[in-house]
Amino acid sequence: MHKEELSDTKNFPETVSLEALPHFNIRQSHGWVSLRLKDIWEYRELLYFLVWRDIKVRYKQTVLGVAWAILQPFMTMIVFSIFFGRLAKVPSDGIPYPVFAYCALLPWQLFANALTASGNSLVANQQLLTKVYFPRLIIPISAVLAGLIDFGISFLVLIGMMFYYGIIPTVAVLTLPLLILLAIASALAVGLWLSALNVQYRDVHFTIPFLTQFWLFATPIAYPSSLVPQSLRTIYALNPMVGVVEGFRWALLGKTDGIGPLVIVSALVVAILLFAGLVYFRRMENTFADVV
Amino acid sequence: MNEIAIHVKNLSKKYRIGQRQRHNALRDKLTDAIYTNIRRLSQLANGQSATDKEGNRVIWALKDVSLEVKRGEAVGIIGPNGAGKSTLLKILTRITEPTEGYADIYGRVGSLLEVGTGFHSELTGRENIYLNGAILGMKKAEIDRKFDEIVAFSEIEKFIDTPVKRYSSGMYMRLAFAVAAHLEPEILLVDEVLSVGDASFQKKCFTKMEEIRHQGRTILFVSHNLGAITRLCQRTILLEEGSISADGPSHQVISSYLSPEVGTTAERIWADPEKAPQGEIVRLRAVRVRSVEGHLIDTIDIRQPLKVEMEYEVLKPDHIIMPHFAFYNEEGVLAFSAHDLDPVWRRRPRPKGIYVSTAWIPGNLLADGTFSVGAGVDTIDPIIFQFYEYDAIAFHVNDSLESDSSRGDFTGDMGGILRPMLKWSTQFNGDEYSTKQHSKL
Repeated sequence: MHKEELSDTKNFPETVSLEALPHFNIRQSHGWVSLRLKDIWEYRELLYFLVWRDIKVRYKQTVLGVAWAILQPFMTMIVFSIFFGRLAKVPSDGIPYPVFAYCALLPWQLFANALTASGNSLVANQQLLTKVYFPRLIIPISAVLAGLIDFGISFLVLIGMMFYYGIIPTVAVLTLPLLILLAIASALAVGLWLSALNVQYRDVHFTIPFLTQFWLFATPIAYPSSLVPQSLRTIYALNPMVGVVEGFRWALLGKTDGIGPLVIVSALVVAILLFAGLVYFRRMENTFADVV
Repeated sequence: MNEIAIHVKNLSKKYRIGQRQRHNALRDKLTDAIYTNIRRLSQLANGQSATDKEGNRVIWALKDVSLEVKRGEAVGIIGPNGAGKSTLLKILTRITEPTEGYADIYGRVGSLLEVGTGFHSELTGRENIYLNGAILGMKKAEIDRKFDEIVAFSEIEKFIDTPVKRYSSGMYMRLAFAVAAHLEPEILLVDEVLSVGDASFQKKCFTKMEEIRHQGRTILFVSHNLGAITRLCQRTILLEEGSISADGPSHQVISSYLSPEVGTTAERIWADPEKAPQGEIVRLRAVRVRSVEGHLIDTIDIRQPLKVEMEYEVLKPDHIIMPHFAFYNEEGVLAFSAHDLDPVWRRRPRPKGIYVSTAWIPGNLLADGTFSVGAGVDTIDPIIFQFYEYDAIAFHVNDSLESDSSRGDFTGDMGGILRPMLKWSTQFNGDEYSTKQHSKL
């Protein structure tokens, strides 16, 4: 019996090609690690399937289903319009308040949902972390990307509202993809930090709702950034969502004043945060499976 | 061309005790800081040092493990719980990093540390095949190509568009294993997954694994199912307390694993009466395997008879004692059990003292492989259970290829638990034409 089995392994079947086998060296990583962003490209199909899973599962077993994607920003817009627009008479840079608020709520919801989802993503997928190898970055990235569908759906309502108020966007609308990218990058930058910290400290889970609430008021959603004193504008723009939200209003609603510097400061902040987040994440990555 | 698939050198992995369980709230960190300092002081006073610099207790899940696996080799990994088997696989799959040492892997690695990783209960069977396949490292095109095969293997065609939360646990497992079974990496790392489903499905899974092995893939296979290991792997590694304590042909390693007591497999002695298996009336002293000549042996030729003996002490007089043995093959299947039929002491109350009961097992009865022996004693009138030692001892049966055992001139794997020599006869009934003529009459 054993004799026969040994001879089996000698004649190699064609199913296993022996050329150019990948080689992995496994050892403890020290000091600065490379970001290995190429790995993510290699695992793009897994990324696709995880995004697809999150989208498929999101509204399963709900009565309203996809309508939730519209209801959330729309109801918030109504509440804002009544309390801030009507009662508090918050200025809206000459734009009808409902569309002024809704246009800002869209990127905000995209950001806030993506931030929450990515911040909790590693813990939510701990079964995967401890049982399969893949670049861990895929998890927070997929959590962020899954939010784009909701954004797309609620965006349709914005188009309807703009039509209703007779607002026709200028050529500036072409910058919209870049602004969406900036919103996602902001969410990912913060999400990377939070998700990696969440693996170690579950306190993060409780911090996230508070953080997003606080952040909502630090972003010109219910009010225009023109309310902020000129001297504080630069500091204000350190919040990347300031640039994104004002950028949205500029691109879609044709609001013209002072967008450039805000967006540039925001983009810079995001770039720094994102890079630092990636480095931190990669450094912590090796311990995820042991600690989560 | 590189002949080596896996090369592991001085691999070690350290865990801090508690690191896995504790979810490290910041509050813990603060209380820990205080607690640690107190503990460190007390340790200084006591001169203890089994803690790392942060004051945590550490365990080495793996310590200085070195091994080499050739391309196309199937290697079993066995050992008690907590021996580091899963940790080794987790390092080789890059799920976790080693603390010291390194491993080189040549080839794509597919791992199966759990069936159904990433299954989502809200998704249908079809959707989960794609999701799980992607998680296990298959490309979408590959899953498309194998989809029908996977569904057929899982035997759940009818429910493929039903969410898996409506599945029975058996169906769920079958689907999960079906996906995993269609992985085609050059190196496959498998952790205890053959124990899913019912017996017939298990058999199917096992056949699939054999098929994978015959395709020349490298397999590292962790299991508690020693029978499966012997059948799949020529070579087995025994891990104990994080280190390799045996590495060699499967049947040898497995028999040394089954009999960790002093000496050979052929003999097991319970020197400490406190720890010996016992009841109120009888206490086990030793179990031995001997050749007919009386030598202690742990390997026997299939054609030779052997003796299995049990030495025990009767602690209270005037009871009728009934010793018995049970013989299990590597897969844990009971080959047979036997009760003492000795004419002298059967049905007769015994005085206190030490007895040795021996059972003769004829040659050409057991199939080849490793058998573990359960040894037990009951009293009768009334029946009172005394003890039963499940893996008291183990021995190995070798089938020679000398064509005078029941295998005759066949040299392949015979299978089965028993391999008796049967009387055969063949009658020649003439050629086909004359047979037909005959039946017409």
